[in-house]
Amino acid sequence: MAVELSFSKEIENIMYASHGKPIRDCLQCGTCSGTCPAVEFMDNSPREIIGLIRADMKDEVLASNTYWTCASCYHCTVRCPAGIDIADMMYALKRYSMWKGKYKEGLLGPDFSEAFVKMIVNSGRSFEPILAATYLPKYSAGDIIQEGLTAAGLVLSGKMPLLPKKVKRLKNVQRMVRRIIPIGETK
Amino acid sequence: MKQYAYYPGCSLESLGKNYHLSALAVSTELGVELKELEDWNCCGATAYFPVDELLAYTLVSRNLAIAEKTGLQDFVAPCSACYKNAYTTNKYLKADPDLAEHINYALEEDHLQVEGRMNVRHLIEVFIEDVGLEEIKKKVSNPLKGLRVAPYYGCQIVRPRKDKEDVENPQFFEKLLLAIGAEPIDYASKTRCCGGSLIITNRKAALDMVHKLLQDAVNSNANVIATTCPMCNVNVEVYQGQVNREYGTRFSIPVMYFTQLMGLAMGIARGHLGIGAAAPVLAFAQNVEAR
Repeated sequence: MAVELSFSKEIENIMYASHGKPIRDCLQCGTCSGTCPAVEFMDNSPREIIGLIRADMKDEVLASNTYWTCASCYHCTVRCPAGIDIADMMYALKRYSMWKGKYKEGLLGPDFSEAFVKMIVNSGRSFEPILAATYLPKYSAGDIIQEGLTAAGLVLSGKMPLLPKKVKRLKNVQRMVRRIIPIGETK
Repeated sequence: MKQYAYYPGCSLESLGKNYHLSALAVSTELGVELKELEDWNCCGATAYFPVDELLAYTLVSRNLAIAEKTGLQDFVAPCSACYKNAYTTNKYLKADPDLAEHINYALEEDHLQVEGRMNVRHLIEVFIEDVGLEEIKKKVSNPLKGLRVAPYYGCQIVRPRKDKEDVENPQFFEKLLLAIGAEPIDYASKTRCCGGSLIITNRKAALDMVHKLLQDAVNSNANVIATTCPMCNVNVEVYQGQVNREYGTRFSIPVMYFTQLMGLAMGIARGHLGIGAAAPVLAFAQNVEAR
């Protein structure tokens, strides 16, 4: 019978390409938490999240907004005395929660990432108005007005084109994507 | 003129149009020939990695593969997020044959292959290291005397660590600003994050981060914040109004790309740099309008 991996082992395994140092090397010194510019908006500090993973407290980790509040600035990564790539670990946790389809209610990060990837599969290039269609419905009325005003300013200043650009060999790109993720037809 | 494979990235076609314009104008003046890659695709910024790591590296690799085909040595990105993605992917391609094999299998669909042999660089690095500060000084006809500039590096240009650079207190931006006659201020927040895509997914957190950056620049009496990345530029410039409403502040500090400031100092007409006629910074470059 196959051995079932512990949660902490699973997370270690999905920190694949970064060859991240195993999080068991964490000293719990808190340098990451003291460095993080977004820590006050996180349910758990980066140090706490590592502690929770090591204690295999999967439900608590999946219920936390911490990794979706990481802006990927890598300040924790370059300061960690144990050499752990903490920002990449946050990406690994995002993937894990997307993969399990479990994340804290009301977060925009998972939808945003998914919409972004779909947009690339459909056009090859990023285009802000297409993205806006995915997150605006979740904004409050006040935020939608704010965002509308900001966008109008950008269009008027000529900084926002009204039509998206596309990659020319889009069919090839879509076939490339399907060799990695067997997603069937796009759109 | 030395040629470089140039990857502008999506932002430079929309929100960062003025960056695109000024980057090309300044490069031409400095003898740097930027050859735009044919049919490049989006690098994914921070949005591919939460979905699939291999997909993220593969889409970045497509651009590297197109660049390798040109036979040029250097892959140049003006956006810090594009630069970081290209740099780390290129590094992993070399270090991890297994990853490279997976990626090359997918790239076959576009008749491409990748080795990871590009020299991946940020545009500012090309100016400072290849052209050199002495050469840049020679091109300056309108030194930006008295212009107090906050050198805002942002995060991904220096982090994660790419080479031997100083990730805590880099100095190259200050040196470039001195070379064009400006006065770089001691900006403690210079490598703090602007929030990146949190401006969309967690507005409160991002506005807090931008608020701190603006407050620090104003406390240091900066006339302008200079940026090296379109993400930073948009968050710090475009969202000032929302910061003001959230915090009851009255920020109205100009934000400009380093290429725009260089262009002004080099006497390039503002129209070629994407600078509006009302830009306050023009007062510091009096001779520009005469051209």
